[in-house]
Amino acid sequence: MKDPVDVLIIGAGASGAAVAWSLAETKMHILCLEQGGWMNPAEYPSTGRDWEAKFYGEWSSSPNVRGRPEDYPINDDNSPIKVVNYNAVGGSTVMYTAHWPRLHPSDFKVKTLDGVADDWPIDYDALTPFFEENDRMMGTSGLSGDPRSPLTHPPMPQQPLGLSGAIIGKAMNKLGWHWWPSDTTVATIDYEGRARCINLGHCTPACAQGAKSSTDITYWPHAIRAGVELRTHCRVREITTDENGMASGVVYYDKDGVEQFQPAHVVIIACNGVGTPRLLLNSASGRFPNGLANSSGLVGKNLMFHPYAQIYGFVKEPTDSNRAPPTCLWSKEFYDTDLSRGFVRGYGIQFGRGAGPVFEAVASEQKGILPWGADHHRVFRKLNGHRLAVSAICEDLPEEHNRVTLDPVLKDSHGIPAPKVDYMISENSRKMMEHGLARGREILETAGATDICINNPIPWGGWHLLGTARMGTDPERSVVNEWGRAHDVKNLFIVDGSIFVTSGGVNPTSTIQALALYIADQMKQRLANLFE
Amino acid sequence: MSEQLTLTPRQRQDLRAIAAMIIPPSEEYRVPGADDDIIQADIIATLGRDTKQVVTALDHLARLAGMPLADLEPAARDGVAQQFRISGGVAAATLVRVVLQCYYRDDRVLGSLGLELRAPFPKGHVLPDGDWTLLDPVKARGGSLRRAP
Repeated sequence: MKDPVDVLIIGAGASGAAVAWSLAETKMHILCLEQGGWMNPAEYPSTGRDWEAKFYGEWSSSPNVRGRPEDYPINDDNSPIKVVNYNAVGGSTVMYTAHWPRLHPSDFKVKTLDGVADDWPIDYDALTPFFEENDRMMGTSGLSGDPRSPLTHPPMPQQPLGLSGAIIGKAMNKLGWHWWPSDTTVATIDYEGRARCINLGHCTPACAQGAKSSTDITYWPHAIRAGVELRTHCRVREITTDENGMASGVVYYDKDGVEQFQPAHVVIIACNGVGTPRLLLNSASGRFPNGLANSSGLVGKNLMFHPYAQIYGFVKEPTDSNRAPPTCLWSKEFYDTDLSRGFVRGYGIQFGRGAGPVFEAVASEQKGILPWGADHHRVFRKLNGHRLAVSAICEDLPEEHNRVTLDPVLKDSHGIPAPKVDYMISENSRKMMEHGLARGREILETAGATDICINNPIPWGGWHLLGTARMGTDPERSVVNEWGRAHDVKNLFIVDGSIFVTSGGVNPTSTIQALALYIADQMKQRLANLFE
Repeated sequence: MSEQLTLTPRQRQDLRAIAAMIIPPSEEYRVPGADDDIIQADIIATLGRDTKQVVTALDHLARLAGMPLADLEPAARDGVAQQFRISGGVAAATLVRVVLQCYYRDDRVLGSLGLELRAPFPKGHVLPDGDWTLLDPVKARGGSLRRAP
């Protein structure tokens, strides 16, 4: 039998890396088990001529398409939005757009402000120092002073405006609407051992330059130097409990597929809003027949995705296409509630710079704007390198019928039951998406775009996996307390996006990591009485 | 769905014919069609995980055509192609995507588009910084965050 560790972290992605690094200063024996392996940037798509084609196969954002041994299948047939993620050291920070907004202070108080959903048990101010610490660790670039966003202090200057940004900025100015250069985790100058961005193109399927921040090249080297052990290709099947109802360790499959038991005094789950409820439900036992930490019955419920309503078109001028990071600007013009719009809450807008030739050809053919036959070449030259995109990232409110359960049939390569997602876009979200599309059309038409198309929702847009083990002070209405500890199991913590109470209308990774650092700090402050 | 992992000669023939209908050669732009030997060889060599869907698509195409696609009269061929795209579902979409992704990485095609024949890394691209005075009106308008209690 293995020696027990003080802290066992499951998952080495955005939140697992942050919590591991923060707790390392305690000098406790900390072990992280990660189902994926270390990435090799020399094998990233942008190192090869077929970089775009790889996004349709081994570098797909969908684990179901990718099907690597490190991935687990997800039954998302009953959802218009498909789950996308990445499984490796670094998790989905290996494969994301590096767009880096924070939740707004008002996002933590939606019940009080708008009478919907629930307030968070913590507020923005509680997270402020951890946002700052996280921005320094991840290495952010941006322009401080956005009047419509929380104040940030990015250590690096913003990305260039580029051709696409200038076209969008002019259009937004004509409309009199807010826009601002995005905070991103793309290094615009050499930073902490990372080389600056050289505009390899679409950053989403990993950055060979290492300019895009992912936790395998930010937090993890620091955490490992500080003594954290990271064991890769280890897939956790279940969390075990002892006779007192405390977590006692985990059963996992090692890199050779051999079942192992790792005892631990504290277990921290960092598996995202689908992986975490899957693990808790797979950890059902005689004492916890409905799944671990599930006395509220809310494990897996209240799944929030952020439905993306995307509209795009083609301008006469050249855009940045595949020669820049994909996102560059955001707008908060429609972020806050205005009931005259017909819905509550709001959405952020992120602007896309363009696409490469293969993506353009495939997407435009599917939309029916790129013909077969003799006219194909003329039309393609009109479209390629001229795309601009506007995406409304809509706040998804929690609804219990949107949920993650265990699929009765589907299993991963180790025979562990796979997650099943049941999700519907709400009427409120539908109205918000229609509003976003209408405003997006105004933006594009003001920019002179034609051949306008929509993706409503972006089907492969389930990046943000939130709400399935929500935090709160009431054990009957939440899974973890206000500092991330499970109400039912006093040595079990959750630090990923599943603890979100509401989703805001922005990409969540910055807030997920700030929460993980906040929870680590709370644990450090309470080490003497952590289980009381 | 077929478990076949390679294309039969007839399927290769139909693939070439449908590829030519998607993207014919152009003298104006000095590019080959997608039925070009090099592009066809690239498609066959890199089908990989898409093989099963492409085989399914070609089976569907063969049923619609009833004979080798290239042997049909032009009008009938066009009708079959239209029907194939409308009714072929995911399999047809996969076949079309495979043709497009191989076509738009061909050196002659990329050259015609004015694109460099290289991987993005390590050279990267140069992005103009742009005119940041565009942001002045936004700064002048200002604004505030919604207050949280």
